[in-house]
Amino acid sequence: MTFKTTFGSLADYRKGRVEVIDDDPKNYVFSNVFEVASRARPWERVAVAKNFEYVIEAMHAAGESPYWTARHDEFVVCMDGEAELELYKLDEPAPAASGRDGAHRLDAPPAGKLPGRKMGRIVLGRGHMALLPKQSAYRFRAARPSALMVQTIEGPETILRWAEICQTDSQSQGATP
Amino acid sequence: MTLQTRFETTTPDPDTGYRTFRAGGFGFARDRYFAYLSHGELRHQLPVDAFLRALMRDVAWGFFYGTVNFDDVLGTTNFYGEVELFLGAKNEAFVRARRDVTERFASADLMKTFKAILHDWTNEGFDPFAAPLETAVAFGAKRGSNDKAIERERVSARRMVGLPGDTEVRTDGNGYPVNRMFEDVAQHQPVVEVEPGFEAEVCAFNVFGYLSRSDVTWNPSVCSVLRDSLFCPTSEEYILPIDHGNDRVEWFVQLSDEIVWDVKDGATGRPRARVTMRAGDVAAMPADIRHRGYSTKRSMLLVWENGSPEIPDLIRRGEAPVVPVKF
Repeated sequence: MTFKTTFGSLADYRKGRVEVIDDDPKNYVFSNVFEVASRARPWERVAVAKNFEYVIEAMHAAGESPYWTARHDEFVVCMDGEAELELYKLDEPAPAASGRDGAHRLDAPPAGKLPGRKMGRIVLGRGHMALLPKQSAYRFRAARPSALMVQTIEGPETILRWAEICQTDSQSQGATP
Repeated sequence: MTLQTRFETTTPDPDTGYRTFRAGGFGFARDRYFAYLSHGELRHQLPVDAFLRALMRDVAWGFFYGTVNFDDVLGTTNFYGEVELFLGAKNEAFVRARRDVTERFASADLMKTFKAILHDWTNEGFDPFAAPLETAVAFGAKRGSNDKAIERERVSARRMVGLPGDTEVRTDGNGYPVNRMFEDVAQHQPVVEVEPGFEAEVCAFNVFGYLSRSDVTWNPSVCSVLRDSLFCPTSEEYILPIDHGNDRVEWFVQLSDEIVWDVKDGATGRPRARVTMRAGDVAAMPADIRHRGYSTKRSMLLVWENGSPEIPDLIRRGEAPVVPVKF
């Protein structure tokens, strides 16, 4: 017997849904990473889950990202496509990031300069997870549109648009079979 | 509530070979097909395979977060150091009829009894963590034991799987072959180029490949840790053996395939919703529900927990949010 494992992608995902019996569907904050990423602008960090200060962000990876840094670890999972990750050790923690959690965007270094000492390079394919070490600077490159998911803390780069991304209707029709 | 301190074990039954156990006022017995619970005049029974699968999770997870409902009648509620064992306390009809009973124990004491039951009642070849198609049956008279299966340690990375000194990536070589339902999952690892001196920080691994090699079902393991934010992916097949009534919000991200969740009210057991999750779907489980999942094809689920030690106090003060986001 051969089994087929179904993963989603930006181009091909089949969303489920909340079938309400006696509840408000908004309580389940139901969305889909691929739908959110496909509708976002490149490198927007849109929260798809939030638990106290912690968030999971969905990202539409396309082209070259800004540099980001955080005073705590973050983790990224490539959900679709491929993304190259560059990591740099900052000479000093970025001032903005030292006072607040979450990812902070760094000013682009002058042409020909890097934001710090090179730590390494990782190429992520679907299903790969990487550490974004605290107080490093990092950026991504994606040759074609890809979807990333980041375990982090809500910060200045986090976009909250729950009403746009989540199921709000309570009609009882089921998910498409 | 007074802590119960009475614990007893009998000699093996001459017919079935199983011992019976007592914790406080609760009696535990099994025969070839069923587990029997009793307290005073109250009697309850459930299939012994379902009982052992639920008991396995309760033991492995240290009574977990909130309430572990073995079925609509029997369960435990974690008070983090102490634990309540109940019959009917989360069942509207039992409570209304005042037929419910609850007793409280030091967690370590009840855990000893639960582990003793698990050791005595689990037969050779039956693995309570395995999917039903991957294990022998739990039924029949006592035949041997399966301590290897029930003494697995829960995997818990300190920072991230694959980092030097942290939890190892799973391979054929360390005893984790790819599961029969995930043979089509790509096993290649990411390209990682590390500059000298940064070996402890530049790291990546194939988490889908890691999950495809899980030898257990419905058993989240911590893969990455950001303070109290815990990514706990798991592979799921057949039925979650408990109705989990979490005392805090938790989140699910469906990584592959499909799980259907039956959601009931945490206190009464009344149905509230049915949630179908497919690859890429994200859903919160509110803090006042109980949920049970169904996965026909073995699937990958990311369970996202907030393990903050402050949450139990917030719960006791009624200050923990029931839903994570209002919009």
